[in-house]
Amino acid sequence: MAWRDGVLRALRGIALTLVVIFFLFPIFWIFLMSFETNETVLRVPPTLTPHLTLENYVALLSGQLVTATGVMNITFLHNLWNSVLLSTCSVAVALILGVPAAYAFARFRFRGREDIAFTLLSFRFAPPLLVLLPLTLYFQDIGLSNTYVGLIWIYQLICLPLILWIVRGYFEDASPDIEFAYRVDGHSWWRAFTRIAIPLAGPGIAAAGLLSFIFAWNNFVFALVLASADKQPVTVGALAFVTASGIQYGIIAAAIVLSVLPTLALALYAQRWLVEGLSLGAVKG
Amino acid sequence: MRDAVSTDGLLVQEMSTGFGKTQVLHGVTLGVEPGETLVLFGPSGAGKTVLLRAIAGLDPNAVGRVFIAGRDVSMVGPERRGIGVAFQNFALYPHMSAMENIASPLHARKLPEAEIAEKVGRIARLLKIDHVLAQQPRALSNGQKQRTALARALVGAPKVLLMDDPLRNVDAKLRYEMRMELPRLLRQAGAASIYVTQDYREAMALGDRIAVLIEGHIVQLDAPEQVYAAPASVAVARLFGDPPLNLLPCTPKVTGDGLTVRLFGLDLALPMAAGIAGRDALLGLRPESIGILGAPAPGAARATLTAATPLHGKVVLLLRTPEGEEILASQVGQPPETGSTVWFRPAPETALLYDAASGLLTLHAGATTEEAA
Repeated sequence: MAWRDGVLRALRGIALTLVVIFFLFPIFWIFLMSFETNETVLRVPPTLTPHLTLENYVALLSGQLVTATGVMNITFLHNLWNSVLLSTCSVAVALILGVPAAYAFARFRFRGREDIAFTLLSFRFAPPLLVLLPLTLYFQDIGLSNTYVGLIWIYQLICLPLILWIVRGYFEDASPDIEFAYRVDGHSWWRAFTRIAIPLAGPGIAAAGLLSFIFAWNNFVFALVLASADKQPVTVGALAFVTASGIQYGIIAAAIVLSVLPTLALALYAQRWLVEGLSLGAVKG
Repeated sequence: MRDAVSTDGLLVQEMSTGFGKTQVLHGVTLGVEPGETLVLFGPSGAGKTVLLRAIAGLDPNAVGRVFIAGRDVSMVGPERRGIGVAFQNFALYPHMSAMENIASPLHARKLPEAEIAEKVGRIARLLKIDHVLAQQPRALSNGQKQRTALARALVGAPKVLLMDDPLRNVDAKLRYEMRMELPRLLRQAGAASIYVTQDYREAMALGDRIAVLIEGHIVQLDAPEQVYAAPASVAVARLFGDPPLNLLPCTPKVTGDGLTVRLFGLDLALPMAAGIAGRDALLGLRPESIGILGAPAPGAARATLTAATPLHGKVVLLLRTPEGEEILASQVGQPPETGSTVWFRPAPETALLYDAASGLLTLHAGATTEEAA
């Protein structure tokens, strides 16, 4: 038996390693590329001994890229700031609107409840390009085109349905008796909502917030059409590295590495809130 | 049924509610005096929990009036009714310690911390959970959770205490202990208490009175002994008692001895009013009212003992008459051998007679009509 267990464990280890390599290799490759110049990146066949350099990062952070054809200005840091601003505000607005709405969908019965919830979900599977063209025209009319407010509003199409549907499930899982008990104790409806319902759905709210932050952060097409240079997030800003003198692979790789960092940091931070099972043992065992 | 307005306790008037098109409660009216425990007894789905929620103000569809200590609280939110509730599933706050759970009603009243600690400590000692106050609910045993929930309901000295089958989810030993402790606790609390249960023994042990709720109607509201001795309808009779009483179809008729029924080849003289004569009826015989004899005797019928099962210190006997009818009897002590022939003697004086059509109890000839209301 011990012999078979050992073999099984070894096989499992190999399988896991293969999966990890398969998924992480592109990221590793990009990470490597970010430390190489365009010339070494484009060399065929690729060199196995990398010529590591920090010049991509220096260019991104200083805002000046010196190429063969001349000096190019880079707005990467401003784009990064736009990404942070747009994603943070979008998630904040979506949480403020979505968490109470999710609670209502989970707890109260009202006419058209499922229809409204489904319509909100359907925003996720309508192709964005379909709505973008009319939206652009409307936004130009009402002056929301190329504004942060307009973009944050449109980002609700991404964030709100996610938060609504994930958090709703968490509210539904918590026994309403716990909130009833708190109200019977003499606390107001609002306190029962903030002190009981929200903490119990905490892991769900954290997960939904993180997920919608990532989706907002990675959005490309809304910002591409609705924002011009000074409001663009990194996803769109990276287009600037497709220049007349060629595609700046090294710079793009470095930009990707830098733009992954905020979401990665947030995910690591939010991890402790994602621990489930807080509500276990609350009601009968 | 008593529905005199009790000025100090709890009064529920014409309480009705439902979900969508389904009506769950049909104009329930009941009153509970301070210090009194009313047991709300009924099968699952009868609307017991729904009624408690309506009283607590947690049912937005509830129509009816609730008075607590003479104050009409029908339009008042649950947080302002001054009620303590022990939920069946405990409903503890999982992210707070047992201490904070119990202190919650006191925090809501913004009492000073020292007073809160003192009150929580007192109730926790009374319920023997003072050693687990620092723990979170998930670390507590089911019994400790149940006591914590009870402590939270009691700590604020509410005028009205609602307990929704609090012993349902605890083990048999603890249930027995709590059944012994609870009456004392409830008397000390002095609240008008409603205690929901599906267990007729618990109802008998805890109730000063018992209200039997079936399909949203209170079908009987009486002292426990009275509910046991004279269940108001066939449905109540079936629920109340373990083993259940025997219900035998019969047609009573009037003879020289008054009302009699013929069953198992015996003529049984019944003390009921003769109005039911000639109609289809059900004769209810409690298993313990059937005497088992080893030899033929006057007023006894022959049967075969097909099974004997011990239950709560008694032995339940399943008898089969030569006609194939099955009768449950119970007795204390060693039963006769299974398969042997025995003689059983029903006691007609404690028998119950129900109208088969309406399911209602036929009263004794001497009973006044006032009791029938």
